Amino acid sequence: MVEPQTASKTRMEVKNLNFYYGSNQALKNINMPIYDRKVTALIGPSGCGKTTLLRCFNRMHDLYPANKYEGEILLGSESIFNMDIIDLRSKVGMVFQKPTPFPMSIFDNIAFGLRLKGIKGTELKDRVEKALKDSALWDEVKDRLKDSAFSLSGGQQQRLCIARAIAVEPEVLLFDEPTSALDPISTAKIEELIVELKKKITIVIVTHNMQQAARISDYTGFMYLGELIEFNPTEKIFTKPDKKLTEDYVTGRFG
Amino acid sequence: MENVAEAQKSLREIKTRGEFLERFLKLSLGFWALFSGLLFPILAGLILLYEARLAIEEFGFIHFLTYTNWDPVQEDFGAATMIFGTVVSTILSMLIAAPVAIGIAIFITELAPNWFKPIVSTAVELLAAIPSIIYGLWGFFILAPIMATKVEPWLQDKLGDVPLVGKLFQGAPTGVDVLTTSLVLSIMIIPFMAAVVRDAFNMVPPIMKESAYGLGATKWEVIRQVVIPYTASGIAGGLILSAGRALGETMAVTFLAGNRPEIPKSLLEPFTTITVALANQFTEADTDVYLSALYYAGLLLYLVSFTMLGIAKFMVLRLEKRWKV
Amino acid sequence: MSRKTRRKLFSNFMLFVSFLTAAYGIFWLFWILGSLVVNGFKYLSPELVYLDPTPPGEEGGGLRPAFVGHLIITSLATIIGVPIGIMAGIYFAEYGRNSKFFMTIRQITDIMVSTPSILMGAVVYAVLVRPVGHFNGFSGAVALALLMLPVIAITTDEMLKLVPKEMREAAYALGAYKWQVIKNVVMRAAKVGILTGVILGVARIAGETAPLLFTSFNNNVLTFDLKDPMASLTVTMFNYVMGPYNYWHQQAWAAAFILTMGVLLLSIVARALLQRNLLEPLFYIVRSITGKKGG
Repeated sequence: MVEPQTASKTRMEVKNLNFYYGSNQALKNINMPIYDRKVTALIGPSGCGKTTLLRCFNRMHDLYPANKYEGEILLGSESIFNMDIIDLRSKVGMVFQKPTPFPMSIFDNIAFGLRLKGIKGTELKDRVEKALKDSALWDEVKDRLKDSAFSLSGGQQQRLCIARAIAVEPEVLLFDEPTSALDPISTAKIEELIVELKKKITIVIVTHNMQQAARISDYTGFMYLGELIEFNPTEKIFTKPDKKLTEDYVTGRFG
Repeated sequence: MENVAEAQKSLREIKTRGEFLERFLKLSLGFWALFSGLLFPILAGLILLYEARLAIEEFGFIHFLTYTNWDPVQEDFGAATMIFGTVVSTILSMLIAAPVAIGIAIFITELAPNWFKPIVSTAVELLAAIPSIIYGLWGFFILAPIMATKVEPWLQDKLGDVPLVGKLFQGAPTGVDVLTTSLVLSIMIIPFMAAVVRDAFNMVPPIMKESAYGLGATKWEVIRQVVIPYTASGIAGGLILSAGRALGETMAVTFLAGNRPEIPKSLLEPFTTITVALANQFTEADTDVYLSALYYAGLLLYLVSFTMLGIAKFMVLRLEKRWKV
Repeated sequence: MSRKTRRKLFSNFMLFVSFLTAAYGIFWLFWILGSLVVNGFKYLSPELVYLDPTPPGEEGGGLRPAFVGHLIITSLATIIGVPIGIMAGIYFAEYGRNSKFFMTIRQITDIMVSTPSILMGAVVYAVLVRPVGHFNGFSGAVALALLMLPVIAITTDEMLKLVPKEMREAAYALGAYKWQVIKNVVMRAAKVGILTGVILGVARIAGETAPLLFTSFNNNVLTFDLKDPMASLTVTMFNYVMGPYNYWHQQAWAAAFILTMGVLLLSIVARALLQRNLLEPLFYIVRSITGKKGG
């Protein structure tokens, strides 16, 4: 299922992962590489487990009781299950389906993760500015950093959340259907941003929009009923997939 | 042909009968709705106002509010002492109750394991269901003596000589005073406040909290920096709502305040509130002016309580509107 | 100690503090209920219910007028307050939702829920006691009904709002009039919730003292006449606690125990009703005994 790539190395690796919500098995024997500084997309019909898998990468499931992991996920050479969870989460960031600006100013939102680490003063200001520049939001907000984050439009708020996530300089950035609540123009802006970001950050994106996956990702994993059916370079998945099920999905025969 | 005409006629009759019922029902229901939310509060206020008119004419507004002498014999009434008592006991009880209520809400929503949550929730609701006279009775028979013999002497001993703070602990520790009253009042309003804060906390969308966790925050950091600011309006509303309730509390205060018509100079002195005065003196008011003065104090209580509850409601509604995702 | 460890320790510490606050709350609950049980139970006796009070100072006697009076006043208040409250609640939920005016009215009703109860007594005094010339049980019932009214209105409104609008739409689609939709569909669906609201309302007014202090006042003699002053458990407790006699205090404890257990029982029943899965086996048994088929 995994094609050997001569030039890419893996930033994260999933090995024999099984995941249970209580007694219900949601992920079955997942094996998948996440290549360094590439965009990996996870696609599949509703309920296939793509979001569940994504949320394993930063152990978001730990917040809720009765969840169980079996198997391994490596970040670099370390198992994420052995790492300190706070460290993990500053290395693996997440952007959610709906914009989630915190009830504070634009500046304070971006500074949130940095302040937790004790960064202040000029270093803080510089890193906030850099994050806003890297998420193509700086020009729009540089004169109103003290304004409430809620004064931004939906698309701007989502870019704010991206800026907030990259401010702590993570190695990997997880996107959970980041444009599903946005209009086409904002969606296009964020897709541009993701393509730009991958130069420095490894990106995993869950999307139910196949065209989006085809547009911006380098690798795509197709999931169905908790299993990883196929994982291949995006072009192959959408032109000549290995599995019939994949072909049926990407040609719209179901889902 | 006739049958069709007859059928059409009876159908029309049914229709108009149905419509008549509709209209009648709407009017009757609407009247009672209007009564409960408009006529009743206005009527109640007007009645209080009418009964208070004698005292209002006699004593005016500013004088009644600031004059401390409440003299039934001389027929000279100033409500400052009871207003002071009402305000102080309410503020003190809220100071004690607020952090506890927020703590309980945090415990219920964030900390307690799922099997334990309903136990704590039920315990809090049971506290709320206990009638206020029971608090008064228990406070008078059980808590006050302990305060008088153990707690207050200890407090006096430890803090009596501290400058500034020490002044609060002067006087004979009888157990029937500002401190005990505020303590019992705070226990009474904790359940209500905790419920309001808990409901506010439950309104925070999970992805908001997950965003904060995703940035590497600890549980407390998420609560303090995201959840609480997010629900600040609701928490403030809950605080004011609870204050509104503490304001109108009668039975517990009547037993524990000591009913002394003077402004207390320390936490350990007896005092009085508007509700205590009403409870104790209403049936003893032998002159028209006396009764009218009591009504005047009651009217003030009504207006203040109504306003506070109105403000609180507004704040809670604002929270609900803002965050309805 | 690294910054991260410090943050984690502090987080755990604050969460422990929140645990302490919960323990604080439970502590008081147990102490109060415990005192009630210990002291109240001690002085419980059947005489309390069927004997009249003795002249002050003379030991013995009971609280019969208080028990009976309390039942009468509370029942009458319920009969007056519940229908009005339900009607108001139905209007808020079914007719008034689009009207800003009526939504404001509804909020005001909610404010009346928390208004000082003693003021209701003062209002009713002016209207129903002074003109008549003496305290009477009826005015006490009215005062309590006025307290109950907003509570019932709000809970009815809330329960009706829980009924999904699809259910109503289905009924309209079958050609029903609005009053038919309300009576046969919505009310039936919200039946249990409204009943719960009523039970909680009764529990609430059963524990009230202040509004009765100058309406129904008190009576040492058993009476069923609403034109007479009428005793109630709460006012009697008030008088006895403040009084000088030991046996008065003991009887007050016993009365307090009975009243609290009654009120708590009502609250628990109301809550259990809302969690039907607890009561399903009970309903099943009742149904099989009474021979009713179906749900």
